[in-house]
Amino acid sequence: MFKILEKTALNPTVTKMVVNAPLIARKAEPGQFIIFRATEDGERVPLTIADFDREKGTVTIIFQIVGGATMELNTLEQGDCIHDFVGPLGVPSHVDGLKKVCVVGGGVGCAIAYPIAKKLHNLGCEVHSVVGFRSKDLLILEDEFRAVSDKLAVMTDDGSYGEKGLVTAALEKLITEGNKYDEVIAIGPLIMMKFVCAVTKKYGVKTVVSMNPIMIDGTGMCGGCRLTVGGETKFACVDGPDFDGHQVDFDEAMSRGAMYRDFEQKARDEFCRLMKKEVE
Amino acid sequence: MAQRNMSNVKCPMPSQDPKVRARNFDEVATGYTYEMAVDEARRCLNCKNKPCVGACPVAIDIPAFIERVANEDMDGAFEIISRSSALPAVCGRVCPQENQCEGKCVRGIKGESVGIGRLERFVADWHREHSDETPEMPKSNGHKVAIIGAGPSGLTAAGDLAKMGYKVTVYEALHTAGGVLVYGIPEFRLPKSIVQKEIDNLKAIGVDIETNMVIGKVLTVDELFEMGNEAVFIGSGAGLPRFMNIPGESLKGVYSANEYLTRVNLMKAYRPDSKTPIKKSAKVAVVGGGNVAMDAARSAMRLGADTVYIVYRRGMEELPARKEEVEHAMEEGIIFKTLNNPVEILGDENGFVRGIRCIEMELGEPDASGRRRPVEKPGSEFELEVDTVIMSIGTSPNPLIRSTTPGLETNRHGCIITNGDDGLTSREGVYAGGDAVTGAATVILAMGAGKNAAKAIDEYIKSKN
Repeated sequence: MFKILEKTALNPTVTKMVVNAPLIARKAEPGQFIIFRATEDGERVPLTIADFDREKGTVTIIFQIVGGATMELNTLEQGDCIHDFVGPLGVPSHVDGLKKVCVVGGGVGCAIAYPIAKKLHNLGCEVHSVVGFRSKDLLILEDEFRAVSDKLAVMTDDGSYGEKGLVTAALEKLITEGNKYDEVIAIGPLIMMKFVCAVTKKYGVKTVVSMNPIMIDGTGMCGGCRLTVGGETKFACVDGPDFDGHQVDFDEAMSRGAMYRDFEQKARDEFCRLMKKEVE
Repeated sequence: MAQRNMSNVKCPMPSQDPKVRARNFDEVATGYTYEMAVDEARRCLNCKNKPCVGACPVAIDIPAFIERVANEDMDGAFEIISRSSALPAVCGRVCPQENQCEGKCVRGIKGESVGIGRLERFVADWHREHSDETPEMPKSNGHKVAIIGAGPSGLTAAGDLAKMGYKVTVYEALHTAGGVLVYGIPEFRLPKSIVQKEIDNLKAIGVDIETNMVIGKVLTVDELFEMGNEAVFIGSGAGLPRFMNIPGESLKGVYSANEYLTRVNLMKAYRPDSKTPIKKSAKVAVVGGGNVAMDAARSAMRLGADTVYIVYRRGMEELPARKEEVEHAMEEGIIFKTLNNPVEILGDENGFVRGIRCIEMELGEPDASGRRRPVEKPGSEFELEVDTVIMSIGTSPNPLIRSTTPGLETNRHGCIITNGDDGLTSREGVYAGGDAVTGAATVILAMGAGKNAAKAIDEYIKSKN
């Protein structure tokens, strides 16, 4: 059992948890993920590691409350235990030798982009960060990003904070201003990563994306997380989750992500009904 | 001595009616009654040669336990089986007896062999239901061994080593111990409560099982040695599913058999209150002809599909699945489209499966495996209307351990190389067995490998100290 040492609501739909998991903390690297089951009969769901502290033996997760499993996880409070917590899974993000990088985060994807920006910054790399949110009240990790970025652009869809517009606009501006990046690292919704890749392809800038498909075991066993990358089938859990964004078939990934949409809607409704009942 | 039963046929196994069982997940075969077991046991001639024992991968003294059953000494029978097998209730259910013990039975020459598997199952079930003795905790010998993978080979090695006095820790990647016994083989063939009971017995003799531990990620083999283990056994299985690399395999509604069965078995997606989703299919094509394909097809039927096809490129005679599984599947209404091979999976405008295009095959000259090679019949392509396709064409060993263990040699299929029966790998003190060594095989072969490795590990550690 894995004790929740801290729980913070970063915004109305995003929660941060610091979890006691010393063995995982000892090995975790940015870009890797864990799989959790909130309760004994819960679903197995992957979450990318947002931060870790080897000395304190903690792993931080940041998740958006989107479906039954994350709703269930969000019912656990500080002092409660997560039933299962397994990792660190996947291949760590490749950061060696990078001198100048633009990190692009969208929404809750910023939670995953941040540890990579931090690691690059600590390695002496020049980090430019572009983070985007739908509106000001969904903004997360601004101070953290500012602390590790040589340049930071905050974008909101509705202009309620930072600059109005999409992350792709800010990224393109940085590139056309003459910034030569060794690499762009984009983490966020599939549609955002797809359009970031469209921009960087135009300018010939290598782009790495972090994929988060449907997964069960996370060790290569089920094949549910398969993607087409450069015409080949890859398993996000063991071959990724990072891939060359210019090679990823995003349309297929988006289609596969919708496999259980009806079931998930039902799970959300069912969960809300149960919670209402408990309150009554 | 009890009267010998000279009937030429086995006492039939009581089973649920095919029409009823095809819609539920309860166990298909309900097991012999006491009287049936005694009666069947009396068919054994207790012959001198004991060809059955030589054909058992764990060398159970079969005539001896059957004689006890014939004499109604069920505890004695159990004691004999458990000297050789750690998981008799499991093996009695899932072993391919027709190719092993029963295949060599003298009674099989002029009739049907003795129902050895059914008797083994009866004895194990009888013991579980009637015995309240708790296994005795063995005396510690002060040495530690780590086992990777809580599947058939790992659990067998763990049980044998614990009985010898070793402190054994089993590391399991999933949240539940059992390996293929819990994620792969369905409830209707192997109830999970039986697997759990066998695991509880191991815990009772002091075996520690640590779940949620992916060795190769959270700890490496080298770190297991640093933690004071004097030997490591790798029984990590062959979990990586293969696909055909035909167009359409990424459509929604295409599963690997591993994913489909894991959702159903491990995650209990067949229960209405399960939090893990699975597609509610009407028409399903399962590609492949092994036991796993039969399990997937029969699970799909139980989840409510009205039509389930097995699409297999060779003929009925060549199906690698156990005969009993094929018969059960046919009784339950699974349609066998043998001598057909998929060439494309077809999707609708939303990216869901709407059909599978196949081509007819015929058998040509024998290939390297000795089986006649299937060849395409030109111009024979046709479409089957299905909404789900389950790929069950085999699995490969998982790379997580070999890629993080320096000096561990593997072959070009990714299987760990061992020096024969005792399971020693290219690394001192590291042993391996089961599907991680052989590629996808059977539960009992994996158990046999676990058993041999336990013996070799004991000799190795003794020789060092």
